[in-house]
Amino acid sequence: MTTTTRSSAAAKSRAGGLSQTQKNLIADILTHATLIIVSIIMVFPVLWVVSTSFKPQAEVESSRITLIPQTFTFENYDHVLNGLTYTVQERGADPYEVNLFWTWGRNSLLIALITTTIGVLLAASCAYALSRFQFLGRRAVMIVFLITQMFPGAILVIPLYNILNDIGLLNTWQGLVLSYCTVALPFSVWMLKGFFDAIPYDLEEAAIVDGCSPVGAYWRIALPLTLPGIAVVAFFNFMTAWNEFMLALTFMTGEANKTLPVGLRNFVFQFNTDWHYMAAGSVLVTIPVMIGFFYAQRYLVSGLTQGGVKG
Amino acid sequence: MVKNRLAYMFIAPAMVVMALLVFYPLFSGIYLSFTNADQFNTTRRIGANVIPASYQFIGLQNYTDILNIPQYEFWRVFGQTVLWTGFNVVPHILIGLALALLLNRKIKGRTIYRILLILPWAVPSYISAFVWRFIYNGDIGLLNNLMRDIGLGSVPWLSDPGWTMFAVVVANTWLAIPFNMVTMLGGLQSISPELYEAAEVDGANALQKFLNITLPMLRPVMMTATLLGVIWTFNSFNVIFLVSEGGPARATEILATWAWRWGRDRSEIGIGAAYSVIILLILLVFSAVYVRVLNRRGQESAL
Repeated sequence: MTTTTRSSAAAKSRAGGLSQTQKNLIADILTHATLIIVSIIMVFPVLWVVSTSFKPQAEVESSRITLIPQTFTFENYDHVLNGLTYTVQERGADPYEVNLFWTWGRNSLLIALITTTIGVLLAASCAYALSRFQFLGRRAVMIVFLITQMFPGAILVIPLYNILNDIGLLNTWQGLVLSYCTVALPFSVWMLKGFFDAIPYDLEEAAIVDGCSPVGAYWRIALPLTLPGIAVVAFFNFMTAWNEFMLALTFMTGEANKTLPVGLRNFVFQFNTDWHYMAAGSVLVTIPVMIGFFYAQRYLVSGLTQGGVKG
Repeated sequence: MVKNRLAYMFIAPAMVVMALLVFYPLFSGIYLSFTNADQFNTTRRIGANVIPASYQFIGLQNYTDILNIPQYEFWRVFGQTVLWTGFNVVPHILIGLALALLLNRKIKGRTIYRILLILPWAVPSYISAFVWRFIYNGDIGLLNNLMRDIGLGSVPWLSDPGWTMFAVVVANTWLAIPFNMVTMLGGLQSISPELYEAAEVDGANALQKFLNITLPMLRPVMMTATLLGVIWTFNSFNVIFLVSEGGPARATEILATWAWRWGRDRSEIGIGAAYSVIILLILLVFSAVYVRVLNRRGQESAL
């Protein structure tokens, strides 16, 4: 392909003074230069926080810029992982001490895992029906999921707060899981529908002709074939819950009930700002989701644009 | 008929949960916006005692108050939200498109560039917000250290209204570029190479190919990215709330953070709910108009 395009274009550009090879070379150099500069801008803040996480406080707060820490220390990590203790005082029970970072981490993990499970379990059969069956109201259901996926938490946060308060689930992990399902469910339905659409219906059809029930075709054929897609959707649900900040900030008030995002905010906004601890905590919470993200991100984009374009 | 019933069985669990978790809160939010709910008349718990809610229906008063009483600062915050959204979405789309075009060229190291360029997407947005707040810090922040080193002196990144709006827009653009770039790249790669080959046979130059093939073919993807970008940016709570805290003097407050401040910080739940409904209405009207205009244009170009 390139050889034919070059020869035909080269004939044209002869009048321009530069040969096509020279033009291509200049274009390549400019492309690389731009991409390198933008890459540095995109990567630098991340490197900066990693670097900060290994610096002692004095170096973090000095006016010298050092990307490689002059004094390399694990003290920030040690403090974040082991040094954040908090005394829980519950009515009618003896006060006890907890390690806050691990407590927040456990809360985040529990909430993210349960949200993921509920989201995928409920979404899978719904997505399958939307992908395979023609039924009255199908289009309306799809639009409902599309729109709720697009409209974010900012609209529901106040009424959810009031409802959770009414039913006594404020400041509990159950309440937070329920509110995360408002995001996880429409997202999962929409993504999973895309994955079911991608598998041909022939296999299930053949099974049904052979006497398999439609439910059996779904359970034994379509679902196993979609497992990779389910894994991707599950990962995104996990990541969304793990990274969610606003709803957790609104609902979780007790220090020992917070999730990591709300807990880490303490380093930035409470009393004096502890940037060195913030940096260490940031690296710790980012690493688990970053690796999975690079594997799964390609599916996210195709899912979103397909959803938006094809409706 | 049988197929219908089966389909409804399949969708029932998800729909029931959606009804309970999305529609009920949505309608309860709309109802709350017509009440005088606050921290004194919503459900209160004192020890094991539960004092039930006693707020009352007050009609449109929250809305008329928001629009008319200066302390609610609706028009100012609305203006700031529109500016914030515009300042963000336009560069997001343009930079995303430019980077996608560069990445779509056959150059060495494409995979590495792609990984480096989407890195901000892999970082939780609240962490990115912390990091930008750190970088913008007036005394020990990276940017001001850099500015002082090269002799330009400190910049009030987060203490001057204009600079702060600039600073939060830059931080949010940094966050949003990966999504836009990857989306556009996906769009570019789905354009059939035969179109370009045919254009070359006809003697089209690079600019003509871009204007006559790339842009029209990319249009649906760009339009979707723009709509999503507007909705997400309009509501992007984390960056504003964590980088600038809406300050200085509420100069970077947007409707999403402002609704939260009334509903949660100040416990004026009715006002907060009314603000949420206003956000929803603005976005619904915008989306409807946008999609309508889009479809009409699409039909014209298809003819």
